[in-house]
Amino acid sequence: MPALQLAQAEHGGWLPPEAFREVADALDLTPAYCLSIASFYDMFRLEPVGDTVVEVCTNVSCGLAGAQRVLEAFESELDLHAGETAEDGSFTLRTVECLGGCGWATIVAINNLHRLHVGAEDVPGIVAELRGEGVDVNA
Amino acid sequence: MSTPEVVFAGTNGGALTDIAAYEAVGGFTALAKARALTPDEVIEQLNDSQLRGRGGAFFPTGRKWSFVPKPDKLPKPHYLVVNADESEPGTFKDREIMLRVPFRFLEGCLIAAHAIESKHVFVYIRGEYEHEFEVLRDSLEAMRKQKLLGGVTIVLHRGAGAYICGEETALLESLEGRRGQPRTKPPFPAIAGLYAAPTAVNNVESIATATQVIALGGEEYAKLGVKDSTGTRVFSLSGNVVNGGNYELPHGFPLKDLIYDVGGGIADGHTLKAVIPGGSSTVILTAEEAEGATLDFDSLTSLGTAIGSAAVIAIDDRCCMVQLGIRVSQFYEHESCGKCTPCRVGTHWLTQILQKIEDGRAAQADLDLLLDVCDRILGKCLCPLGDSDAIAVASYVSKFRSEFQEHIDYGGCPLGGSSSLEGIVAPVGLHAHPDELVHA
Repeated sequence: MPALQLAQAEHGGWLPPEAFREVADALDLTPAYCLSIASFYDMFRLEPVGDTVVEVCTNVSCGLAGAQRVLEAFESELDLHAGETAEDGSFTLRTVECLGGCGWATIVAINNLHRLHVGAEDVPGIVAELRGEGVDVNA
Repeated sequence: MSTPEVVFAGTNGGALTDIAAYEAVGGFTALAKARALTPDEVIEQLNDSQLRGRGGAFFPTGRKWSFVPKPDKLPKPHYLVVNADESEPGTFKDREIMLRVPFRFLEGCLIAAHAIESKHVFVYIRGEYEHEFEVLRDSLEAMRKQKLLGGVTIVLHRGAGAYICGEETALLESLEGRRGQPRTKPPFPAIAGLYAAPTAVNNVESIATATQVIALGGEEYAKLGVKDSTGTRVFSLSGNVVNGGNYELPHGFPLKDLIYDVGGGIADGHTLKAVIPGGSSTVILTAEEAEGATLDFDSLTSLGTAIGSAAVIAIDDRCCMVQLGIRVSQFYEHESCGKCTPCRVGTHWLTQILQKIEDGRAAQADLDLLLDVCDRILGKCLCPLGDSDAIAVASYVSKFRSEFQEHIDYGGCPLGGSSSLEGIVAPVGLHAHPDELVHA
């Protein structure tokens, strides 16, 4: 798994077929075996992702606090549906299972760093910030 | 409110991420104390404390360590594996422990390693916890510089997003580089765990608490809390409350006080409808049942539920219980590893039947079918993931049956789109299948 994590980081956030060949060569495994591992775990991505990955938790606690409205706000601001990547490769929007921040709902992970207490009204500001400063926006 | 802090002692609400600051509040004295004791004496302290595992199963920690054979009886490497793959919905205590008292946690790892005579510690931390990983990595480096590790190697291993890896044998599989699918037990990890060698698997909070058990002395620790549930617990409070968050309180604390006093009550002037007391896999309590409950093993067990991971989710009167069932079931369906058929197929069925009820397409027989499917999952798999879904969903039906009946009679959701979970979108993709086959 650490090898796949490294490969994913080297390949811009996802695992193309050559990544599996590289990992397989390094560890003396088959690419198919490496793919069988990667396909099991949510954080290994088998398709290209945007420069900025926005993940909204929609599990029970966040849902009770209105995660749907937060997701809808991101959908309209980014003009994407959940699960889609923008054509220009700027953003990916996904829903995810519990991120472990239930008491500080809604949790939104932006490039894997968590923002707490996100409300639908905060979303336009967050998206403007992400667009303005590029990728490195995690404060 | 003054309640004794044990896990978070000395933090004053902040974080002890500086090694000197941690030493100033007595850090690493427990380690010195433990190393002056024999492994058996350390285990005895844990037994005296009656500390029970904080991951959810509530298994006595001292006894778990005593199951690991002595190295001369089983001459293989011994391993300590710490389960930091916190992902039970509603639970977020371990991350706060790792962020605020990382040294206390790592000190506990060394104490536990001493108790089971291990030189190798693996901390399996969930992949989504990036900041927590960085804090632990920096803390570990600081300890290494101070030569506190005493020949023990601590490896921080990052997961990659799979709830099932919180199950101990799935975690071991994942740690060995495979898909995180549970193993058949026996053999139990204490005999044949990581790399088929003796292994103790403990939760983060258990390990951090073990440090304090040694610092205070087992008998002293046992004076906190109540009978059969000694000590304090970090409760994760979430849902429709004003002040969600982690609160360290003694076991036996009244549930309603946690929600109304500590948590500031139900948000936006609504009333409490139900409480999930120990993470999403536990039996739900109605507001009336929650009224008299206390947060300990005996009280919650007598109400037919469990303290679980001590994750309390308060649900107000706006929530449709069928929608709650759908969302919980979607989670377990998504996270099922696919190894055992009753879970892989059953969780999907539960979601489908619940969706039918919610949409007003269900016949009376579907309610029976729903409970029948729950029955066909329960106790028929290698691990409790499918059971969790079945237990939770069956409890929503039994405690809020009239609401399910209304959906069937009325031909749809009686809340008519005003439920707090209306429109919620679950993630797609399953662990059990390639992405392309999802919901075909």
